[in-house]
Amino acid sequence: MGAGPAIGHRHLGLFLVAPALATVLILFVYPLCYSLVTAFVAKEGGFTFGNFLRAFEFYSVDIAFTLVIIGISTVLIGLCSVAIGGYLTLGENPRAVAILKWLYRWPLFIPFIVAAQCMRTFLAKNGLMNNTFVSLGLVDPINTISLLDWRGIIITFVWKQLPFVALLVAGAMASLDRSTIESARNLGAGRLRILVEIVVPQVQQTLMVGLILSFVTMMSVLSVPIMVSGGSPTMITVDMAFRINSYGDYGTANALGFISYALTGFAAWIYLKRGVSQGGKP
Amino acid sequence: MRAWLPWLPRAIVLGLFAFIIFGPLMNLVLWAFAEQWYFPHKLPLAYGLKFWNQVFKPRSDAIGSLVTSIWIALFTVGACLALAIPAGYALARLSLPWRAAIMLAFLLPQAFPSLAVYINVARIFYMFGLNGTITGVVLVHTVHGLVFAVWITTAAFAAVDRDLELAARNIGASGLVTFFTVTLPLAAPGIMASAIFVFLESLDEFTGTFFVGVPDVTTLPLLMFTASLAGNYQIAAITALILLVPSVGFMLFVERFLKADVMAKVGA
Repeated sequence: MGAGPAIGHRHLGLFLVAPALATVLILFVYPLCYSLVTAFVAKEGGFTFGNFLRAFEFYSVDIAFTLVIIGISTVLIGLCSVAIGGYLTLGENPRAVAILKWLYRWPLFIPFIVAAQCMRTFLAKNGLMNNTFVSLGLVDPINTISLLDWRGIIITFVWKQLPFVALLVAGAMASLDRSTIESARNLGAGRLRILVEIVVPQVQQTLMVGLILSFVTMMSVLSVPIMVSGGSPTMITVDMAFRINSYGDYGTANALGFISYALTGFAAWIYLKRGVSQGGKP
Repeated sequence: MRAWLPWLPRAIVLGLFAFIIFGPLMNLVLWAFAEQWYFPHKLPLAYGLKFWNQVFKPRSDAIGSLVTSIWIALFTVGACLALAIPAGYALARLSLPWRAAIMLAFLLPQAFPSLAVYINVARIFYMFGLNGTITGVVLVHTVHGLVFAVWITTAAFAAVDRDLELAARNIGASGLVTFFTVTLPLAAPGIMASAIFVFLESLDEFTGTFFVGVPDVTTLPLLMFTASLAGNYQIAAITALILLVPSVGFMLFVERFLKADVMAKVGA
């Protein structure tokens, strides 16, 4: 749109963006603020910390449990995505690289709820995993264990989120300048060393963004903890749903919601702080 | 003999990885076709389509919720595109103040744990009578899908060659005619990709529907959840497979829709 004064464009642009922006503000930002405020409002009205006291009194174990599960999952996703991306970038056998490339993406768009249903049967005491191990003679039938607890939640999270982060990381690694890698290789550096010292530092930003988005996603999943573990302790998403559905207790639920934002904010803060300590580039 | 020896460690690692990826899916497929399967049998005792007939019989709950799910997803795509095409064009082509901040605003629904937000959306919707309505669920899905719609549409418009637009303008086409005859058709594959993204997001969405849709709107994921918790593993597995097919299909063909030139501009 060539002609016309710039100021007219500016108005047109804002006019075109406004409906979409308003949708996010009304249907996301407003409820978000509503939840932040409600966390500090007592049932009878007025400011209170009571919701947080109740949240910590009843659910401090679950808060710790949530943080540990999501923390371990995030670390595992990070390590595995670097391993996959690294092999795709530095692998020397084209056929093995092609197989891995074809394999790792399968769960990418599979919904959490379907992943949870798969794992609910696969990881059970008489699920396909244990049955395969027994058939191969790796485990005695009496020694099979059900992984349908915190381990199952972690396995489901990693299974589901790994392809997403690995796709981002592998993409970033593929677009790196090959010359530094080749020169390091010519100087005799091993592949592991090239990966850790040359490749990973250059894709760190992509990796961190992928991990934080995964962290947030896992923090909002309700179906997986209910379907895979079910028992207590459980994750705070389940507690929030319970407070609402059983007691209509929005105060405590929102206090738990506030805690889930705070945990996510904490993760993002670690990422930003790391960025600052490494020369201001997050 | 010696040729395959270096393949042994690779084959073990790749085989294990394949087991981890496909094992859970295999278990789902087995359950979908198992008519009889109980402990301690390692595989189903009888296979068949009994439960498929149950799921697909006319006017069954599953068909009803599948239709509901598809309608919700289509409305969500419509709403997202209606909002994202103008916004994407403006973000790609027009000078906007605080452009970076506006781009980030669309990411907000993905940047905060959304469950606590859905609880409050449900509470606010309750005041307007939107709880338990298709409209309410579509609105929730639209906000969640908007980031894909806006970001991919913006990238699709940014990847359109400006010279082609200028050529159309030079031979006398108006701005609006140029947009509809040159820019929009060229950006169509990218817009299509964003539509598929939004469609899948909506089809698979569980948490928001769980809070906003109850008690009247039952989508396929909600039906699956109920069936699974009730121990109806066959019904749960079959509905899960219905949800799985479009997801896996899109994963396999995503690169055909989302070309590298558009992909490189996403989020920029």
